[in-house]
Amino acid sequence: MPIDLPILSLLIWAPILGGLWVLYAGDRQAETIKYLSLGIAMITFLLSIFLYIDFDSTTHEMQFVEFAPWIRAFSINYHLGVDGISVPLIILTTFINLLIILAGWEVIDYRLSHYLAAFLILEGLMNGVFAALDAILFYFFWEAMLIPMFLIIGIWGGPNRVYATIKFFLYTFLGSVFMLVALLYLYSQANSFFILDLHVLPLGELAQKLIFIAFLLAFAVKIPMWPVHTWLPDAHVEAPTGGSVILAAIMLKMGGYGFLRFSLPIVPDASLFFTDFMIVLSLIAIVYIGFVALVQQDMKKLIAYSSISHMGFATLGFFVGFSIFAVTGSTSGAEMAMGGAIMQMISHGFISGALFLCVGVMYDRIHSRQIKDYGGVVNTMPHFAAFMMLFAMANSGLPGTSGFVGEFLVILSSYQASFWIAFLAATILVLGAAYNLWMYKRVIYGDVANEKVEKLQDINSRETVIMALLAIAVLLFGLWPAPLFEIMDETIKHLITHILQSKVI
Amino acid sequence: MADNMESIYIAIVLSPLVASIIAGLFGKAIGRSGAHWVTIIGVGISSILSLIAYKHIIFDGGDIFNGAVYQWLISGGISLEVGFLVDRLTVTMMVVVSFVSWMIHIYTIGYMHDDPGYQRFFSYISLFTFSMLMLVMSNNFMQLFFGWEAVGLVSYLLIGFWYKRESAIFANLKAFLVNRVGDFGFILGIAAILMAFNTLDYWEVFNRAPVQGDVTISLFQGYEWSLMTVICISLFIGAMGKSAQFPLHVWLPDSMEGPTPISALIHAATMVTAGIFMVARMSPLFELSETALNFILIIGAITAFFMGLLGLVQNDIKRVIAYSTLSQLGYMTVALGASAYAAAIFHLVTHAFFKALLFLAAGAVIIVLHHEQDIRKMGGLYKYMPITWLTCLIGALALIGFPGFSGFFSKDAIIEAVHLSTLPAADFAYYAVMTGVVITALYTFRLFFLVFHGKERMDKETWSHLHEAPAVIWVPLSVLAVPSFIIGFFLVGPMLFSEYFADAIYVAPAHNVLAEMGQEYHGIFGFIHHAFKQPPVYLAFVGLFLAWLFYIRLPDLPKKIAGLLQPLYFVLVKKYGMDEFNQIVFAGGVRRIGNFLWDIGDVKFIDGLFVNGSALSVQWFSGVVRKLQSGYLYHYAFAMIFALLLLIFFFVHN
Repeated sequence: MPIDLPILSLLIWAPILGGLWVLYAGDRQAETIKYLSLGIAMITFLLSIFLYIDFDSTTHEMQFVEFAPWIRAFSINYHLGVDGISVPLIILTTFINLLIILAGWEVIDYRLSHYLAAFLILEGLMNGVFAALDAILFYFFWEAMLIPMFLIIGIWGGPNRVYATIKFFLYTFLGSVFMLVALLYLYSQANSFFILDLHVLPLGELAQKLIFIAFLLAFAVKIPMWPVHTWLPDAHVEAPTGGSVILAAIMLKMGGYGFLRFSLPIVPDASLFFTDFMIVLSLIAIVYIGFVALVQQDMKKLIAYSSISHMGFATLGFFVGFSIFAVTGSTSGAEMAMGGAIMQMISHGFISGALFLCVGVMYDRIHSRQIKDYGGVVNTMPHFAAFMMLFAMANSGLPGTSGFVGEFLVILSSYQASFWIAFLAATILVLGAAYNLWMYKRVIYGDVANEKVEKLQDINSRETVIMALLAIAVLLFGLWPAPLFEIMDETIKHLITHILQSKVI
Repeated sequence: MADNMESIYIAIVLSPLVASIIAGLFGKAIGRSGAHWVTIIGVGISSILSLIAYKHIIFDGGDIFNGAVYQWLISGGISLEVGFLVDRLTVTMMVVVSFVSWMIHIYTIGYMHDDPGYQRFFSYISLFTFSMLMLVMSNNFMQLFFGWEAVGLVSYLLIGFWYKRESAIFANLKAFLVNRVGDFGFILGIAAILMAFNTLDYWEVFNRAPVQGDVTISLFQGYEWSLMTVICISLFIGAMGKSAQFPLHVWLPDSMEGPTPISALIHAATMVTAGIFMVARMSPLFELSETALNFILIIGAITAFFMGLLGLVQNDIKRVIAYSTLSQLGYMTVALGASAYAAAIFHLVTHAFFKALLFLAAGAVIIVLHHEQDIRKMGGLYKYMPITWLTCLIGALALIGFPGFSGFFSKDAIIEAVHLSTLPAADFAYYAVMTGVVITALYTFRLFFLVFHGKERMDKETWSHLHEAPAVIWVPLSVLAVPSFIIGFFLVGPMLFSEYFADAIYVAPAHNVLAEMGQEYHGIFGFIHHAFKQPPVYLAFVGLFLAWLFYIRLPDLPKKIAGLLQPLYFVLVKKYGMDEFNQIVFAGGVRRIGNFLWDIGDVKFIDGLFVNGSALSVQWFSGVVRKLQSGYLYHYAFAMIFALLLLIFFFVHN
C-alpha cells in the first residue's frame, strides 16, 4: 500500500457506510444501487487484497494495528490488528460478499436496497470480528452481526422463517451471553480487555475450566458442533440464497475463529483438560452428521448438515494437537492439524458457498429445494451441471480441490494421536462422497424428470462469472495451497507453542 | 541431460492436460474434429516423449530422475511437494499408459462417431491420461493419492458418460463409492507412513523402512501389531478398491455401462492396474511384512479363481471380458504376494495390450451389430469381420496363455513363481491360479466361438448389414495385436531374469523366487520347452478343448450341464449374491442408520426434547407465573401473609 491508510478501519467502515448510503438511495434507483453496492464490495475486496500483499509472514505479531481509546473508564479501546489466522478469513469474507452482492442482483425483487445494504453492513461487522483486538469491541461486532443476519432471514426468508430466525437468534444469543460473562471475569483479573493481555493472563484451574465452558457455549453454537447444531439446518432452509451463503461461508467460521483467538490461548490448560471431550464431539459431528446428511430430502438441509460434518474437521484439528503432542512430544503434528483445520475453514467457505449458490440457481428457476422435484438437470443446464460437479466433488474432498487439503492434513496428523481418531475422521471419504454424489445423481443426472426441468434455462453470464470465480478459488487452493500456509505458518507455530505451556497460577 | 529430461517429463504430463482443457472448455468452438485432433496430438506427444524417456533410462542407462516440480505446501515443518520419480518401473508404465491411451483416442473417433458428447468424451480421456501419468510418475504419497483419486474421478465421469441411462449413473456412483472404501484404507496407510517416517517422499521412506521393521502399534488394547503390516495392509486395501480385488471388486463389472473405449483403457489396461503398480512401487515396504504378503496372496487367489468362474455364465460380451479382467488382476496380485513384482508388472504390460485389444474387438463387434452386446445373439461373424476375428483371436490366445503368445510368458512366470514361494498362503494360491488356467481358456473361447463361429443368431435386419469395422477401428486393433502377440518374446528374459528394474523394485533375498527361476532360465525357447513339462500349458489346452466341445461340437451340452448343476449355476449367475448383499446391508443399512440418527437423534431428541422442550417449558412456566399475577388484591395480601408466617417460622425455629 503506497500510503499509510488505516486499512482495517476501512475494511470495517467502508462497507458499513456504503451500506447506509445504499439504504439512503433507496429502491427508486434500482440500477444505481446495484452498481453502487457492487462497487463498494469490490473496493472492500481489493482493500483486503492489500492486506495480503503487505502482510509480513515472517512474524506472528499483530499487524496493521490501529488503536484509539473508546471508553476510558473501563479501558475499552478501539483496537484493531490482524495475524496469519485473521487475514485469510477477512479476504474470504470480502470475496464471498462480492459474490453475494452479484448473486442478489436480479434475484431479489423485494426491497432490493435493504437487501444489499444488509449484506454490506454485515460484511463490515464481520471484518470487525476478525480484526478486533479488544474483547469488548469483538463482542460488539459479534452481537451486532446478528441483527442484519436476523433481518436477512426474517425479511427475505422462506415460509417458516419466523421459527427459524427465533431459533437462530436465541441459540446464538444464549451462547454469547456466557461469553460476555467470561470476558467480564477476565477483565476483573487482567484489568484489560486487550485480547493479547488475556492470552498471557495466569489463571487458576477451576477458573480456566469455567471460562472454557462459557466460551464453548458461544463458539460451539456458532460453528456449530453436535449437539447444538440444530439451528443451522433450519436457518439455512429458510434463509434466502445469499443468507445461506454468508451463514455457511463466514458465520460458521466465527465459531472456529473464537476457539483460535479465545478458548485455546486464554485457557490452554482447560483446553487440554477438555481435549478428549472436544475430539469426541468433533468425531460425532463427522460421522453422525455424515449419516444424517445422507438421508436429507431437501438440498439445502443436506448441504447444511454437510457443513456441520466438515466443521467437525476444524474443531478436531484445533484440539487433536494436544493429543498428538502428548504422544509424539513434537509440535509438528499439532501444527499440521491446526493448519489443516484452518485450511478446512477457508475451503469450506468457498465450497459450501458455491453449493448454496448452486441450489439458489435451481431454486430461482423452479422454486423447490426438494431433491425429488429434480432429475436430469444436466440435459437442460449442461454448464451448470459441470460447475456443480466440481463443487460436489470438492465437497467430497477430491484431491486437486481445496476440500481435500484440510481433510488430508487433519486425518494424517490425527493418526499420530490415535489410529481410531484418524479412522473415524476418514469415514468422511466414504460418507461425504455418498451424500454429495447421491444427491448429484438424483438431481443432475438421469433423463429429464418433469416439465419444469425440461424448461430450465442454463446459467446466464452473471451466474457463470460467480461460479467461475468460485471454481477458480477451489482449484487454486487445491492445487497450490502453499501461499495460504505461508501466511499462517508463523502464527500457527506461535499459537501451538503458546497453548502447550501451562499458565495455571 | 538431466535438466532437459525434467522438461520432457513435465511435457509428458502437461500435454494431455492442456489438450483436455482445450477440448473441454472450447469444445464447441473447435468442433468435433478439433477436439479429437487436439487430444490425439496431446497424448501423441506424451507417447513419443515417453518412448524417448524409456530409451533414455532403459537402453542408454540414463540417470533416474527424482525431483520436485513445485512445493504444494509446507505445514508443521513437513514439505509436501508435487514431483516426479522416473526410474525403470516408471518409464515402463509411462509407455504402456500413454501408448494404449493413444491407440484408444484414435479408436474413439470411430466408436463415438455419432455421439453428441463427442468433445466431452475426448476431454475426459485426455484428462484420464494426465491423471494416470501423474499417478505413475509421482515421487511421493500425496501426489500418488492425487492421481489415485483423479483417475477415480474420470472413471466416475466416464462410466456415467451416458447419463440418461439409469444403469449407467447407478454404476458410476457405485464405482466411486466402492473405490472410496478402498481409498479410506489407503489414506490411513499414508497417515501411518507419515507417522512412522515424518515424510511422504518415496525414497526417504524406502531408505528408512528397514529400521521401522520391528516397530509395533497397538490398535486394540493389548494387541501389538507390526507397524509395517498395518501400513502395508492399509495401502493394499486401497489397491483392492482400485484394482478390483475381492470383496471390493463389485464395481468393475458394472463399470461396463460406460462406452467401450474406456472399458478398454480405464477398466482393463491402465487404471485398474494402478493398485498392482502401487504395490510393486512400494516393494521395499511390502517386503518387510510377510503377513501382508500372505494377505495379498489370499485375496489375489480368491479373485483369480472365483471371478474367473463368473465369466463362464455371463452373456454380455463386455461383462465376460470384465470378469476376465478381474481374474487376471487376481493373477497379478498373486504375483505380488509371491514377491514376484517383476512378473506382476510383466503380466500388467502384456495384459494391457491384449485386454485392450479384446475390448476394442468387442467394441467393433458391438458397433457393427448396432449396440447389441448379448453373445447369444451373435455368431459366425468371422466371415464378415476377418480383421476383427484375427486380432481378437490373437488377443484370446494371449489371454489363455497359448504357448508363444505374450500372456503365455507372463502367466507361466506367475504360476511358477507362486509354486516356488514358501509363504504359507502360496499353496492355496498355486492351486487357485492353476485351476484358473482351465477356466480362463474356457470362458475366453466360449466367448470367441459364440461370437465369431457357429450359427448366425442375429436378427435379419442386422444380419443384412454386417460388414468389417471401419479403418479407425481396425487400425488400432491391428496395432495392438502386434505387441499382444510378440511382446512376451522380448520382455520375458530382460524383465524377469535380468536387472531390468534394478533398484526400482526391491525383493528380500528370502522371497526372491524370480532369481530362483532365473537360474533355470536359458533363453526363450528353453522357457517354452520348460513350460511343456509343466501342467499349465496342458490345462489351457483342456480349457480350449472344452470350449470347442461345448460351443462348436455339441452346442446343446452347456444347457444340460447347467441344468444338472442348477444350484451352482444359480450361485454363479447371482454372482455369489454379493451385489444383493451390498445393496441390502451397506446401501440399505447406511440409509437406515442415517434415518434413525436424523429422526430420533436430531428431530425427536435434540430438537424435540431440548430445544423445543425448553421453549415449551418456558411457555409453561410463564403461563404459571401469569396465573399468579391475578390482579386481585386479596390474592397478593394472602400470599404476603403466608410468606411472612413462613419466614417467622423459619427464623424462630433457628
